Amino acid sequence: MSIVRRFGMGLLAPLTAVAAAMLITSIVISLSGSSAIEFWEIIFSRPADRVFVNIVNQTSLIYLAGLAAAIGFRMNLFNIGVEGQYTLASYAAASLAGAALFPGLLNVFMSLLLAVAVGAAWAGIAGVLKVTRGVSEVISTIMLNAIAITLVGYLLNRYGVKVGNGVRTEVIPDGSRVDGWFPFAEPDGPVWALGLLAVLGGIGFWVLLNKTRFGFDLRATGASQSAAVASGVNVNKMVVYSMLMSGGIAGLIWMPSLFGAAYSYGTTFQAFLGFTGIAVALLGRNQPVGILVGAVLFAFLNEQSNRLTLETDISANVVQITQGVIVLAVVVAYEVVRRYRTKLEQRSVTETLEADKTAKGKAVSA
Amino acid sequence: MRLSTRIAAVGAAAVLALAGCARDDNPGNGTSGGSVDLDCDAGGDGPKVGLAYDVGGRGDQSFNDSAATGMQRAVEELGATCTEGEAQDGEAESAREDRLRQMADGDYNPIIGIGFAYSEAVDAVAPDYPEVNFAVVDGYDPTPDEPNENVAYLGFAEHEGSFLVGVAAAEKTEADHVGFVGGVNNGLIQKFQAGYEAGVKAVNPDIEVDVTYIEQSNLSGFADPAGGKAAAAGMYDGGADIVYHAAGGSGSGVFDAAVEAGEGKWAIGVDSDQYLTATEEQKKHILTSMLKRVDVATFDMIQSVADGKPLTSYQTYNLEDDGVGYSTSGGFIDDITDVINGYAEQIKSGAVKVPETP
Repeated sequence: MSIVRRFGMGLLAPLTAVAAAMLITSIVISLSGSSAIEFWEIIFSRPADRVFVNIVNQTSLIYLAGLAAAIGFRMNLFNIGVEGQYTLASYAAASLAGAALFPGLLNVFMSLLLAVAVGAAWAGIAGVLKVTRGVSEVISTIMLNAIAITLVGYLLNRYGVKVGNGVRTEVIPDGSRVDGWFPFAEPDGPVWALGLLAVLGGIGFWVLLNKTRFGFDLRATGASQSAAVASGVNVNKMVVYSMLMSGGIAGLIWMPSLFGAAYSYGTTFQAFLGFTGIAVALLGRNQPVGILVGAVLFAFLNEQSNRLTLETDISANVVQITQGVIVLAVVVAYEVVRRYRTKLEQRSVTETLEADKTAKGKAVSA
Repeated sequence: MRLSTRIAAVGAAAVLALAGCARDDNPGNGTSGGSVDLDCDAGGDGPKVGLAYDVGGRGDQSFNDSAATGMQRAVEELGATCTEGEAQDGEAESAREDRLRQMADGDYNPIIGIGFAYSEAVDAVAPDYPEVNFAVVDGYDPTPDEPNENVAYLGFAEHEGSFLVGVAAAEKTEADHVGFVGGVNNGLIQKFQAGYEAGVKAVNPDIEVDVTYIEQSNLSGFADPAGGKAAAAGMYDGGADIVYHAAGGSGSGVFDAAVEAGEGKWAIGVDSDQYLTATEEQKKHILTSMLKRVDVATFDMIQSVADGKPLTSYQTYNLEDDGVGYSTSGGFIDDITDVINGYAEQIKSGAVKVPETP
């Protein structure tokens, strides 16, 4: 297959998926008696400066969530527990940073370290349970989500600082805040400096998977466990390690926001990123660049949806329909394209064989 | 390749299922359950109001709908017009701020955040728009040392209203066993619990009170009818015959649980007179509702801006000024209103002090 054709094939699936999602969303909006054109006009309008900043910031969070999920997926581990891992890690890091045991940036560094450790440990429980007891990680991580979220709520109520009707952890001192850069006017907000964690994470993810022994083992185990075992990979070790790494990255998800805007864990905590991450990892086929595209798309849709309820009678929930359909359509489209490609390959192999045969036949008859 | 497709399919199903768990944005799907009619554009040249709802939005038949009722009154009486925004479950804090900023940029004034979760966002946005008046229902100033002069925090004495429905529950229970379902275990909802328990105990200290919260801190507890139903069903199964909910949109699940528990099992509504918006089936089981007059507070705020004397700082609506109360729709408690009103008088006179924390 020529390079152009292969490239076209690669784009075919995601493009079909987005087109299908747009079509279905439009139908849903029309059925509910609103104008689909109005919807797309708002979604595709140029974002205001501050919305643009928000999209960049949200992309960094969603991208980290996508990476966390993708590490597990590459090894056939369904880490559904990203949600619980980052919730617990965010609470722990916010508590430590708020306690201000360390000065300035050291405080930030130690808090990030703690976030990684807590996220990894929480995911590690599921890994160890799978290896030693054969508990499916899908079940255990879902359970651990519920436990983590309830536990954080309990700890927050018990040890948090009450402010009015809200509860939060101690506010991070001025010296340990990491705002970032202001690309526009100050009210439009900063692009969070710790968003760089997402960039580092993406590069690290690619290097790890493609340039290290560990990455090779991980991909091998994901592709075929029996083959990996036969070539000397210790699968149990790989399961635990990849859960630890998945959880470790999950721990970082909310950190850019914590140190850049929220400064404490409370009502400003952003929940559900763990599930968004799973969707985005699927969308990006667990590839660093693909996940980035997915993260940008989701962040863009989320942020643009605010204008919907203000300017039209369309519910912002429609955007969730769009996102859900995109994910499903991508899965379906990839499968269809895969089958089509297999068929093409088979045909080209047959053609080559046929050509060989006739050529040989000619040679013999000559 | 095939394996990864299978992974993707399972994963996608899991995402959608799990995300779906916490999202029920269509509370209007009960057979006759209606939401408040609010026509934002019907007004004239009164104030342009920005209404930012909390999770659940208009149609929750509870908290947010009550604000919409107050808005509708302002449309009719003050010629106000409005725009509505709604918080999404799990949205970024920046999205909340952006919603308020878009309203401010659109020259809406006042801008009212419905729900304490807007407190931080209003605190961040208000200083950038000194000429715009903001209000947060149930709100608070997260930075008390830097007060905002253009923000009003509209609070309620929920414990007083809850005390009264607690009295109603204690008078009506035959099992001497009642329950309380809270949406989220925070200081605000604990006020409901504290008042309710105090009311029950004031009538009969021997009555057992079960308490459950749907979520510990996750705000999705206010939009989780399935969670509300599970919590209430557990109480009815355990022998309680009256359950009071302070769980916003999750309350419809509590009503459903009462319906399924059958004759003699009651639920008590919250915020709005929920008898009026419930389904026919549910109506037979809604004993009364604790009224939290978010509509009064909303209207007051709009009127104050129309009069050129905008409300600022902390405002409390209590029993004394009809900011809280109870409903009698359905006529199930007509025989005990004297008792309840007796306690109400004692609270107003200060003879009975209602605790704010359990």
